[in-house]
Amino acid sequence: MKRSEKSGRAMSRIVGIDLGTTNSLVAYVDEKTGLPRVIPDRDGQTLLPSIVSFASEGVLVGAAARRQLVRRPDTTVYSVKRLMGRGYEDVKDELCYFPFKVLPCEGIVKIQVRDREVTPPEVSAIVLKSLKERAEAHFGEPIEMAVITVPAYFNDSQRQATKDAGRIAGLDVVRIVNEPTAASLAYGLQKIREGVIAVYDLGGGTFDISILRVKDGVFEVLATNGNTHLGGDDFDREIVLWLLEDIRRKHEVYLGRDPEAMQELRLAAEAAKIRLSFDERTVLTIPFDGFTYRREIARGELEELIARLVDSTLRPCRMALADAGLAPTDIDEVVLVGGSTRIPLVRRRVGELFGKTPHSQLNPDEVVALGAAVQAHILAGGITDMLLLDVTPLSLGIETLGGIVSVLIPRNTTIPTNAREMFTTSVDGQRTVDMHVVQGERELAKDCRSLARFELSGIDPMPAGMPKIEVVFLIDANGILQVTATEQRTGKASAIEVKPTYGLSETDVERMVEESFTFAEADVEARLLIEARNEADTVITHVERALGQGASLVGAEERAAIETALEALRRARGGSDRDLIREATTAMNRATEHLAEVMMDTALKGALGSRRADEIMEK
Amino acid sequence: MDHFEVFGLPRRLGIDAAKLQRVFYELSRQSHPDFHQAAPPERQAEILETSARLNAAYRVLRDPIARVEYLVRLEEGRDTKEGATVKPKAPPELLEEMFEIQEALEEARAGGPDAASRETLAGQRDRLMARCQDEEARLRGPLSEAWDRGADARAGVLAAFKEALATRAYLRTVVDDIDEALGEVGEGHVSHRRH
Repeated sequence: MKRSEKSGRAMSRIVGIDLGTTNSLVAYVDEKTGLPRVIPDRDGQTLLPSIVSFASEGVLVGAAARRQLVRRPDTTVYSVKRLMGRGYEDVKDELCYFPFKVLPCEGIVKIQVRDREVTPPEVSAIVLKSLKERAEAHFGEPIEMAVITVPAYFNDSQRQATKDAGRIAGLDVVRIVNEPTAASLAYGLQKIREGVIAVYDLGGGTFDISILRVKDGVFEVLATNGNTHLGGDDFDREIVLWLLEDIRRKHEVYLGRDPEAMQELRLAAEAAKIRLSFDERTVLTIPFDGFTYRREIARGELEELIARLVDSTLRPCRMALADAGLAPTDIDEVVLVGGSTRIPLVRRRVGELFGKTPHSQLNPDEVVALGAAVQAHILAGGITDMLLLDVTPLSLGIETLGGIVSVLIPRNTTIPTNAREMFTTSVDGQRTVDMHVVQGERELAKDCRSLARFELSGIDPMPAGMPKIEVVFLIDANGILQVTATEQRTGKASAIEVKPTYGLSETDVERMVEESFTFAEADVEARLLIEARNEADTVITHVERALGQGASLVGAEERAAIETALEALRRARGGSDRDLIREATTAMNRATEHLAEVMMDTALKGALGSRRADEIMEK
Repeated sequence: MDHFEVFGLPRRLGIDAAKLQRVFYELSRQSHPDFHQAAPPERQAEILETSARLNAAYRVLRDPIARVEYLVRLEEGRDTKEGATVKPKAPPELLEEMFEIQEALEEARAGGPDAASRETLAGQRDRLMARCQDEEARLRGPLSEAWDRGADARAGVLAAFKEALATRAYLRTVVDDIDEALGEVGEGHVSHRRH
């Protein structure tokens, strides 16, 4: 087995991040046990809600932002993953469900929050940065590299957008890895050794199915399929629409245009859906302006509402099986990933399709992050006997005459992979050649996803058909396309100008990286100030208590010195100079050192009779 | 370096699938970018190229039909897909039936087929599928074996490959058209047109 080379860039710690529609997590592989672990926050929570609230006093993320969903629906952004790498046309139908304003902007979308506009990668970057800080606090060292997961069925633009988000957050994204394959690595490390496995991954906003062969430590993806717009969010939507009608019938009021009420309904629907995975029936109570809505829901009713959506996941499963050249009976194990696979109806349907009970020993919320950590550990050279061979989910092609797509790299080709194609001119003296690269399974370019338009320029004037330009399309291990061109006669590289159809330009990303650094510095300053104040508060409380109890134990001079230091600390605490607060806190501690000793001594004496404290220590 | 050379194989069509997979895994362990993250950038670019070449070669060689298509291209000295000479062509003995099918398809597209014509179309589709599978069996079996037997007959075998591939391409297109007309695209099986 080949070990990674020792030369070149030093490998520091790489974390694995699951950037989810609903929740995000960060994980690492514990060197001692060799097992992946999720990093909790200070309160012990592992899931960070992927929610960002743009309040006037600053940006909130995670649980704090979640609490703003109802109070500030127009500036609290959730499920932004559904907007990553997408154009306005792709998402305009579902925008009515979002209480925040989404605007079209040069091929991508922007979200209007207060007086500024942010792109989806910038919002995701705030979530990523919070996870980065969580990891840094855990390890006590800077974290600069990460593996980030994406749905397997994400196209080039969506992957690129995720990479951009990482960069904006100050992370070097060393690998984009597919969520179901990441999950299979986590299972492979702990539960599964050999065989053909199907990973069914239904999350908050996306669905993937991947079929893998695991053999001799190689995880070879045979086929993948999915829908990047299908998940728990869509189930919630069905429930909300149903509740809206029910409320209209019972209370003669339509809440569909009230963003706060809609957000209340959405959260209540989500909570009820979750309860119905464990209970047969549940009661939903929502206090609205002027009335309280109460409704009992049975599991059967929920199943009726979501059956169509659940069934729509089965077709991608069958297509993936067909692409892998396998029948359902060829599958040895079925693994469930993603929070939505807790729904009993989902489990039933998947079980029926594959004819076996699906696995779910690993926590479906955590397994993707754990797998990302495993992949990170492989990249860092910590694991050398596992190898992941993933595939590109969508066919890559170029538009030819008549708008027809010529496929260069078919879907489910193992990556990295490349394809070569010759281009020439059609008019005498033509100096440039255009090409249009698309991704998708449809015959006509207009029905596929436009990735980019390329312009080959600087071609020497020649008769039509004479220039021979070889273009190499390379899909790297992240599933991201790179294109290079060479003029065959001269052997010199041709200039290519890339105009991505969706996405941020290099300059956009650089600007955002810079902005985020400026914001980050401000953020860190603010946090350190708060911490200094908190510490000062603690010290002040202790000193006040000590003076109350033990003032008689020290001389008047010493007491006066303590009073002075205390006054100085109170003054510093009122201001916003962090260094001053720290200095005053240190001075306070020094001034009370003796008092603290005397008090400790007295307390021990009291407790242990006449023996001195140091006598006791000696024992 | 052609796909056969990547695996150190002669330009022959009889390939042991299990052995090919074993060698593929071995070579992947040597050249996958995952194991070379710490290498200098120039070396990483080389690794990426090697790995991409290996995967492209495996994709073609593991599939007996893609293997034949590739061999034809290679023998004709074409490195890329450009200028492909295998154009879909109707098998002569099916020409009459093809006319009928095309007519039925026109009708189906115009107004949606009734139950009887649906059944006829489905029957025709299944027959064409079977014929297509025959063609594939011929490519995989006797024709591939003839190629591997020796140099003398190779020109003739090459011509036979091209004819069989052209027939297969044609049949698959018609099968897809019928599926589309019947509204059965993608359910349970995958469109053939795009390979």
